[in-house]
Amino acid sequence: MNTDIILILLVLTNLRLLGAGRLGASVRTVAVQGVLLGVLALLTHHDNLTVAVLLVALSGMILKGVVFPWLLFRALREAEVEREVEPFVGPILSLLAGVAALSGSLWLARRLPLPESPGSSLLVAVALFSILVGLFLIITRKKAISQVLGFLVMENGIYAFGVGLVLESPLLVELSVLLDVFVAVFVMGIIIFHISREFDHIDTHELTNLKD
Amino acid sequence: MIWLLILVPMLAGIAAFGVRNNPARRALLVASAAAHSGLTVAAWFWMPSPVLNGWFALDGLGLLFLSITSALFLPVSVYAVSYLRRESSGRIQDIEEGFLFDNAPEATFTACLLLFLAAMTLVTVSQHVGLLWVAVEATTLASAPLIYFHRHHRSLEATWKYLLICSVGIALALLGNFVLAVAASSTPGSEPIPMVFGNLITHATRLHVPWLKAAFLLILVGYGTKMGLAPLHTWLPDAHSESPSVISALLSGALLNCAFLGIIRTQQICVAAGLGDFSRELLVGFGLISMVVAAVFIVGQNDFKRMLAYSSVEHMGILSLGIGLGGVGVFGALLHAVNHSLTKAMLFLVAGNILGAYHTKSTTEVRGVLRALPVSGVMWLAGLLAIIGSPPFGPFLSELTILKASLDHGRTIVAIIYLALLAVIFIGMTTVALRMTQGETTKAPQRESLIAILPPALLGVGILLLGLYIPPVLNNLLHETARALGGL
Amino acid sequence: MNFISFIQPLLAPLQAGLALMLSPLLLGVINRTKAAFAGRNGQPVLQLYFDLWKLLHKGAVYSRTTTWVFRAGPIIGLAAVLLATMFVPLGGLRSTVSFTGDLVLLAYLLGLMRFFTVLAALDTGSSFEGMGASREVAFSALAEPALLLGLAALARQSGSLSLSSIYSSLSFDAWLEAGPMLALVVAVLMVVFLAENARIPVDDPNTHLELTMIHEVMVLDHSGPDFAFILYGAALKLWVLGALLAGLIIPIRTGNPWLDGGACLMGMFVIAMIVGIVESSMARLRLLCVPQLLVGAGALAVVALILSLR
Repeated sequence: MNTDIILILLVLTNLRLLGAGRLGASVRTVAVQGVLLGVLALLTHHDNLTVAVLLVALSGMILKGVVFPWLLFRALREAEVEREVEPFVGPILSLLAGVAALSGSLWLARRLPLPESPGSSLLVAVALFSILVGLFLIITRKKAISQVLGFLVMENGIYAFGVGLVLESPLLVELSVLLDVFVAVFVMGIIIFHISREFDHIDTHELTNLKD
Repeated sequence: MIWLLILVPMLAGIAAFGVRNNPARRALLVASAAAHSGLTVAAWFWMPSPVLNGWFALDGLGLLFLSITSALFLPVSVYAVSYLRRESSGRIQDIEEGFLFDNAPEATFTACLLLFLAAMTLVTVSQHVGLLWVAVEATTLASAPLIYFHRHHRSLEATWKYLLICSVGIALALLGNFVLAVAASSTPGSEPIPMVFGNLITHATRLHVPWLKAAFLLILVGYGTKMGLAPLHTWLPDAHSESPSVISALLSGALLNCAFLGIIRTQQICVAAGLGDFSRELLVGFGLISMVVAAVFIVGQNDFKRMLAYSSVEHMGILSLGIGLGGVGVFGALLHAVNHSLTKAMLFLVAGNILGAYHTKSTTEVRGVLRALPVSGVMWLAGLLAIIGSPPFGPFLSELTILKASLDHGRTIVAIIYLALLAVIFIGMTTVALRMTQGETTKAPQRESLIAILPPALLGVGILLLGLYIPPVLNNLLHETARALGGL
Repeated sequence: MNFISFIQPLLAPLQAGLALMLSPLLLGVINRTKAAFAGRNGQPVLQLYFDLWKLLHKGAVYSRTTTWVFRAGPIIGLAAVLLATMFVPLGGLRSTVSFTGDLVLLAYLLGLMRFFTVLAALDTGSSFEGMGASREVAFSALAEPALLLGLAALARQSGSLSLSSIYSSLSFDAWLEAGPMLALVVAVLMVVFLAENARIPVDDPNTHLELTMIHEVMVLDHSGPDFAFILYGAALKLWVLGALLAGLIIPIRTGNPWLDGGACLMGMFVIAMIVGIVESSMARLRLLCVPQLLVGAGALAVVALILSLR
């Protein structure tokens, strides 16, 4: 039941991202998602809470809730861009697409029954939903920072999937996702800085020089 | 020995950051490459034993891809020395748009190059699903600064696309790993299957089928993005055309293979679990789509480095097609991996020579290479003939084997499409090859430095040899590996 | 208890009478809360009653460009919302009339009221009213699905299609069992409440600039008894939607009609105060952002429905 509340809050954060109009709000929402995922990790492992698991969950929460937003806000400030999201697909259509994605994920989750269900059956659906929302954000947002946020949301979905399924080596799961996200955000942050310096904007829609 | 294979390039790479002297650093690069090649050759004779509970092991498949990587890296590192010497002279004028830009510091280049080698080695020796993923992720990170060597907006655009698309692909592959773990999760009463490929293959019948299917699909799409299968290939032409030729050679010749390795290993699990038909169909489908996309974009291509990049897409499609057809096609695909890597590396290095002399990447403006750069011209023509599959070069044999596989299994439609696309690409690239090499040019014949000619020449000789005679050692390895993969 | 079984058959008309008498009080509570926030004393709580009395004794003025639609609008609107009041349960108490599917009828009665208000506004031929009408219709086109989907989620949860049965089953246990879903429906109903009753953040009831009005501008031309009907209808609409919301938020279902009804009534006044607080602390949303808010509520309603379907 507790995991249900966290999962629904995750769904709400994803919907908020789809409808958000400002970059600052989006960054904060992704930070909240990171913290929620840390709580989810702790809840699913609550019967065998070793120090390692605790440490990884806490470090995950600090990384995603504090460090990444700080990095992203710094990139935003240095890039000196307008703080609007500027999507290709407006907020209403994005919200409707999100609802469609949620229905699709629930349908798919029903077709993939977990061999042993430790958490709730809602978990696979919400994880899939987060991944789809992340992909949608990457495709439909113009600014490079929004694409990084979409990537983070996608990774959050994968993390939720891995964490909630009580796999044999949970630490490997969490560590690999953390590695992926940390380095990606770090490297992408550097590239965004270069892009803003080179192009005077971070609109990846304008990066159309190389084509056939 | 496996530790040495990984640690030598990794430590050399870290050390390269600290070396101040340019010539010393270049010497370090070549020395590490030579040491790595030496270790690889040694591994052929004394097979190293598995390390760390089976997580690191060098099986036949790994040895094959490791040898390709190493055989490529040594000539490329030698060529890189001349390239760095040429490029390290302050601000450079851009060839296409005329602005001034500078390069990344040479230390970054050399260090990332060595770390890239270390990461690719790690991919070939990984037997654990998670470790393989980490290694592929490491290759992405190590190669991104290499693509952004020339600091201008086009290469930045290429780097951004590369980073974003490959990261998304690798994230999907990570999800595939988790789904695979769910497929392998234990039912109460049985032992958990460790996530090592060998164990997964032996216990393949115990895996839950729908999850295994989902896992294969995700891993195919995820690693396929890194490999350059259409429609996930969109980063490839940009990255391979904007990066320095040295890096393009490595990316096309070695990195794409490493991503392919991940797919092959997962396909082994599917075949062992009885889902062979499912996985083979997907592989054939992706292979044909890649070839179609490549054929469409090769014809009428204006930029010869982009043409080579699309040719990589085509050959990755052929590899996928070969594995997907099964039977003798697996042998053909593995042989083709060797052939394609050597040929493509040679072509990119020669392209670097041409670019350096003509200062343009346009296929219409470059004329008379045979007159201006005699040796490079011959190699360019030979290489292009090789890559489109004409005898007596290596790729002809491997492509023919794959054709035979498709006819063996009675898939005539696939064979017809395959031949038609090869023909289209043949026409497209021959036009370019003949136009570029022949004709008059205002450029006087130039002296070509030995370091710039020798590496591609060696690779070219290798390709010619492979077309005429496959050494028994290689033949045995290929047969063994193909048998292990369920073919033959 | 003997007293309760004696009261039982009278509860239904008692409840209807309560609605008819107390609904203008809600508006008074809202206004007093806003005044308190602003540091003023504000209107008396019974102000709307005085206004209605005054208006009923006045004469109406009709423009020469209007037809019978203009005169019929307020009357039909009031009739519709009076009928709707009959279907709304007060917390655990059954409504005056209830049958399967009455929630759909409720939504359509509200729609009917809106339709005739809009028609009357268009009938005047003035551009201000037309503008208000188009905005109102645009917003309610987005708010109605949210309302229906939210009610559908509740219906699925409780297993019946009658508002009274739904609300009598929304006890504390229901909240323990399906808390998140019910919380989502509360959010949806709150947004619909604010949108349908033309409150901030959807519409500002205190604005005097016609270009910024949505609901008030539609009723600009009515006067006398017609305007009294409109004001009273608006108060009843407040009651209807407020009862839906309060019944959901206050899960007290002890079986004692006084306790249940009293608790729900308390809840409605609390909601009125919350509306007053919201009106005092926020400005109205930009007109382009209102559809986003409503679609967001719709999305939440769909999520709630999906959760209830599991």
